[in-house]
Amino acid sequence: MTDVLIIGAGVVGGLLARELSLYELSVALVEKEDDVAMGATRANSAIVHAGFDAKEGSLKALLNVKGSEMMEQTAKELGVPYKRNGSIVVGFSEEDRAHLEELLARGVKNGVKGLAILDREELLKVEPGIGDTVTCALYAPTGAIVCPYDLAISAIGCAMDNGAELYVDFPVERIEAIDGGYRVYSGERVLEARTVINCAGVYADKIAAMVGDESFTVFARRGEYMLLDKECGGVCRTTVFRTPTKMGKGILVSPTVDGNLLLGPTAENIDDKGDTKTTPAGLASVARSANEQVKGIPGGKSITSFAGLRAVGSTGDFIINSPRAGFYNVAGIESPGLSASPAIATYVADMLRRDGVTLTPKAGATRVRESMHAFRHMTVEQKNEVIRRDPSYAKIVCRCEGVTEGEILAAIRTNPRPRDLDGVKRRTRAQMGRCQGGFCSPTVVELLAREMGVPFEAVTKSGGGSYINVGRTKGADAQ
Amino acid sequence: MKSTVDLLIIGGGPAGMSAAVAAYDAGVRDILILERDAHLGGILQQCIHGGFGLHRFGEELTGPEYAGRYAAMVKEREIPYLCNTMVMHLDENRRVTAMNEEYGLFTIDARAVILAMGCRERPKGALGIAGTRPAGIFTAGTAQKYVNMKGYMPGREVVILGSGDIGLIMARRMTLEGATVKAVCELLPYSGGLARNIEQCLNDFDIPLYLSHTVTEIHGKERVTGVTVAAVDENRRPKSETARFIPCDTLLLSCGLIPENELTKEAGVPLDRVTGGAIVDQNRETAVAGIFSCGNVLHVHDLVDYVSEEAALAGNSAARYLRGESEKKIAVGLKTDGRVRYTVPTHVTEAKDVTVYFRVSDVFRDARVEVRLGDEVLLSRKKLKLAPGEMETVTLKKEWLDKADGKELSFAIVTA
Repeated sequence: MTDVLIIGAGVVGGLLARELSLYELSVALVEKEDDVAMGATRANSAIVHAGFDAKEGSLKALLNVKGSEMMEQTAKELGVPYKRNGSIVVGFSEEDRAHLEELLARGVKNGVKGLAILDREELLKVEPGIGDTVTCALYAPTGAIVCPYDLAISAIGCAMDNGAELYVDFPVERIEAIDGGYRVYSGERVLEARTVINCAGVYADKIAAMVGDESFTVFARRGEYMLLDKECGGVCRTTVFRTPTKMGKGILVSPTVDGNLLLGPTAENIDDKGDTKTTPAGLASVARSANEQVKGIPGGKSITSFAGLRAVGSTGDFIINSPRAGFYNVAGIESPGLSASPAIATYVADMLRRDGVTLTPKAGATRVRESMHAFRHMTVEQKNEVIRRDPSYAKIVCRCEGVTEGEILAAIRTNPRPRDLDGVKRRTRAQMGRCQGGFCSPTVVELLAREMGVPFEAVTKSGGGSYINVGRTKGADAQ
Repeated sequence: MKSTVDLLIIGGGPAGMSAAVAAYDAGVRDILILERDAHLGGILQQCIHGGFGLHRFGEELTGPEYAGRYAAMVKEREIPYLCNTMVMHLDENRRVTAMNEEYGLFTIDARAVILAMGCRERPKGALGIAGTRPAGIFTAGTAQKYVNMKGYMPGREVVILGSGDIGLIMARRMTLEGATVKAVCELLPYSGGLARNIEQCLNDFDIPLYLSHTVTEIHGKERVTGVTVAAVDENRRPKSETARFIPCDTLLLSCGLIPENELTKEAGVPLDRVTGGAIVDQNRETAVAGIFSCGNVLHVHDLVDYVSEEAALAGNSAARYLRGESEKKIAVGLKTDGRVRYTVPTHVTEAKDVTVYFRVSDVFRDARVEVRLGDEVLLSRKKLKLAPGEMETVTLKKEWLDKADGKELSFAIVTA
């Protein structure tokens, strides 16, 4: 019987798995998709919020501020880029300004440091790119950016290095209480665990219901985004929000840690928890709002658009509780979930400890993981040293992002292993540049097929039925 | 690896090879071609259809045959080239940083550089099509690579958005491989492809071309299950009442080519807003001394034959530059009226006969191409039809350029 089984390999489940893998516990992480970081973690705003949004006294406020303080160190340990670029919430009217004053007061109560309201003149010094009609802003110097799936993948890799086991393609269908724990079913596969932790994102209510907990629901709020060419990464330095509404923080304009410019999200509650399509109206509203907040966003520089789903809980706050012995919910982790994720991990570990789970530090376990992006940031001398040992690091596969065959092979061979094109993309950035895989995807298919020992046509874009090729050509058949 | 070279050519496709051969024949001996692929030839390697070389060689060749002719010329002259070599950086002093398995990262200082990196296809993200993001969406060139280079079929039931030449070629290629091409949708009221490709790739196979149509939504979670297409109004906005669903497993995109000028920008070379390529004079020299540009990295050509021609000009110019012969004597700007979208070159610095390439912005019938100096019409050439898909040329006479020194020549399309 496994000590702890975590359902859901997103950034919350991943950082929690890593935290628990530091102790003398057997940890299993199960995921319904064929790769990790496939839910809300895959597509969100990639922001570490300073912590002024959430209501004082809420779990959201507590864990956001604490998580935001922990994030830089966490990212460093996991070899994931993090940048404290500061954030601003822009206002266009006196009414907005009053709202910003409220946010400031709330932020001060939440313990956020360095907050200030800036007039347009002062604001221009912080962010020269603000739109012409912006009159004031709340400035949060502790706001930061980080890549959410990068963080989750590294955290899960770290947990696996410490002995945690990952089960992908493991959609949980039934949970049965047994003596001293639970039995978790997915098709023919069954796992038993003393403790089960539900980090299942938009499906967390379904999982909770499997043990009889129907105290909350989770619905999906879709957000549409546009990602712009790296050429546009310098349009603004800070993350530029607009004054929030009850549907959320509104559209933001932000550089990403990789140097692109991200616009979005919209906010639309939807019924289908798998519906990540974009809409013409959604994308148009993203562009419209973004151009009010920040000027000089060049048209026609979008390299991709996508939608993500936030897991919005029915209580308005994060739902972190234990409805029955040995079963924990970590649910409703909408924004500021990414920001809070390192703090959620330690918070839940503390809950387990209080509930009598023995947490003895494990010899040899580590919080640290070698960066998957080390090669990218090396000096010429260091790169040449690597190339001398392994010439595949001199073979560029993705020309737009400058990703080498060596980096792709290393990613394919490193836990959690990617098994499809999108998995390689999230780990290496190959196919993520301005041509969006036009040139390199056939080569990545070849590398995946070779490394996994499967036929070329068995490689998929993103698991399941997302096949890329349907068979050989006539000429190839004849050969 | 040596650290200096007289002429460094970035790209070993049709432009790079032709430039190298011309420079060699003009006396340059210290040349190096850097090619990122495993072979010389560039994108021609996957263009196994015919239609290449009619102008240049007076016979119809396939892409690999055309590339093979030039590769043979490079090899005959023993012009050095490195394949599997990616140029990572270029600066305004013509210092090139490149990388390959043999030498790792290395730098070379070049006295002259010819940019010949070609172009890339516009991806889906740049088109802003709404819907899901399943497998089964390919640019036409990527599909061409799967079919012609890897021997795999990317799909069976195909809709193509955009009627660029690669899309037209792939409509035929996929059909010959047993796929069904259900529709080619073109946003504009005319095709951007060559007339001969419309005939030979669509009409000969009864593949319908829907002009003023676009794809408004992509369907399917894992793999494409269909697309919604709709007619567009004169402002290119979809007319929702015309929307219809076409079941398919594949969407190919042929929506334009973008010159790949990331290195060019890094070197501080100013670009033309319309072409996306460098601003060049008649020698294909950019605003940064000693850096030349030619082929599809400069502006997208319709025929490879013209790529070779332009690249030979750049190769010759680089040779003259290396001999110190290319001082600028006159300054004539070339202005366009919008109907003429752009000209290459954008300005002329020597009084000699100069051939100007240009493209038009729309389809014009019974029109005249005019070149004017102020009010004076220097040239007025009757054209039965002008189309955006076809590149046009006019030759400016030496005496016009002498007269226009310090002024602008304007290019215009005049219709009745």
